[in-house]
Amino acid sequence: MNQKDMSYQALMARKNEIMKASMGMDYDDFVFSPIAFDYERMMAGTGYSHEDIKRIQAETKAGNTPLFELKNLTEAVRRISEPGKGARIFVKDEAANASGSFKARRASISAYEAKKKGYKGMIAATSGNYGAAVASHAAQRGLKCIIVQEVFDSRGIGQPEIVEKSRACEAYGAEVLRLSVGPELFYVLLRTLEETGYFNASLYTPFGIRGVESLGMELAEQTRALTGKAPDAVCITHAGGGNITGTARGLLAASCPDTRIVACSVDLGGLHMASDRDFNRKSFTTGHTGFGVPFATWPDRVDVPRNAARPLRYMDEYQLVSQGEVFYVTELLSKLEGLERGPAGNTSLTAAVTLARQMEQEQIVVVQETEYTGAGKHHNSQLAFARENGIEVRRGKPEDNVPGKAIVIPERLSQLAGKVQDMDKLRFSYIRNAAKAHPASEWTDRDFSFIADDIKKDTAWVKAALANITEDKNDK
Amino acid sequence: MTKAKKGDWVEIEQLILAPEERAPGIPVDTRATPLLLRVHGFILHDAAIGEFAQVKTIIGRELGGTLRSLDTAYKHSFGNTIPELLSIGTEAEA
Repeated sequence: MNQKDMSYQALMARKNEIMKASMGMDYDDFVFSPIAFDYERMMAGTGYSHEDIKRIQAETKAGNTPLFELKNLTEAVRRISEPGKGARIFVKDEAANASGSFKARRASISAYEAKKKGYKGMIAATSGNYGAAVASHAAQRGLKCIIVQEVFDSRGIGQPEIVEKSRACEAYGAEVLRLSVGPELFYVLLRTLEETGYFNASLYTPFGIRGVESLGMELAEQTRALTGKAPDAVCITHAGGGNITGTARGLLAASCPDTRIVACSVDLGGLHMASDRDFNRKSFTTGHTGFGVPFATWPDRVDVPRNAARPLRYMDEYQLVSQGEVFYVTELLSKLEGLERGPAGNTSLTAAVTLARQMEQEQIVVVQETEYTGAGKHHNSQLAFARENGIEVRRGKPEDNVPGKAIVIPERLSQLAGKVQDMDKLRFSYIRNAAKAHPASEWTDRDFSFIADDIKKDTAWVKAALANITEDKNDK
Repeated sequence: MTKAKKGDWVEIEQLILAPEERAPGIPVDTRATPLLLRVHGFILHDAAIGEFAQVKTIIGRELGGTLRSLDTAYKHSFGNTIPELLSIGTEAEA
């Protein structure tokens, strides 16, 4: 047998063939250019109807999670709002899925697909809740499972939240490849896929994203059953983009075209995601801007040739919140509502509070996920770890929060503000990235119309934006 | 304990990329460090810490590396009390 060259360069050069073999799917079938591809055909190409997805998820204990009204929190928000303001806040308790988060919906479809195609096992590269989800759903389908995780810095230390995620994967019977800091996680993923011939249960396949659609559909049905109408706004924690994409698609499928899609991430501005030093200074391992912004402004940077998660296609608003604000709301959820849940999942709850305050009392805002909690995956664990690592933890004004230096927990609910982002700035950034992927001078009508759909604008807007960007460049 | 007996559940470490082999464009601090991989498994022979070890992982794959630790316990916890959290949502802050 020929010994394959396993060097970084050689393996990365074999990327496409490894991907093809590990997914049983050829992206070339959908691709028009380095930018454009037939997104809807790729999603439909999974071959699953919404009923199929529901059935598959029910078989492995995913989906059908409860929707709760947070009456005490709503009351608290009304007390600090102008008269008549303070929308009703609901939360979808996704912690009730097998493995404790909405990621079970993605993993259940991937596991079913892997089994159907005859793979012996599945692999995912993830430091999020998705690892436990893949491990749990692989176990239920009788598949072997390997999770590749970025866990520790050069001192050998990992944030408690991430260590807990390793533990959970092992608890569900997975082999966990724990890595030090760096983007070459992808290299280890490719190498392991090639060695084992297992299925690539990437977060970004159409199977995974289609799996999240059921969340949006259930949420719409449950909100209608409880209130007689569709939600006015849905708050979605945003990192890689699959949560928004799947939920929004589900809402559309459930005839909620007017529901406002509000994305929310923890602001980690100033910290470098691939830095060994910054790795343990984030105090959040997901749901933050280190993923949220790059994945919104260029989705095709992932471990599959074309990403099925395309957040700007669906997003109406993007709010950033501080670490301290999320920890505050996490504590409040326990004390006021009797629901102790993990902090990362409460990112969108934080946005919901500020949103509800501006909305009318008869309006409805739905927070579409919670995540499980426990040792490590808990705001107290993350704060204690931050303090031990020299990060200041105190009460004060949210605007004084500095990622990696000071976590400032608000003194009262009325200080929660969030920061609404300029959506057009994100869209400009997307267009700039698209021009890097494929020179704008070579864009065809198909590219323009793909980009327009991908950022929720029309082609005239894209052309005008591109002209502006080019002018700016010429000025410099 | 510095010696593992055949069948013990241990942690091994592999050097994946030496600093000079790391991907281009990564931050300087990360570039100065090697990319390491750690994994748990049942050791297939007696070995001392620092020696080469072959393990069988929980899914039955055989992997080799340097025996790093015999202590594979998870010790993460809820952490020391953060007094700043305690009064949130109580009457004192209503």
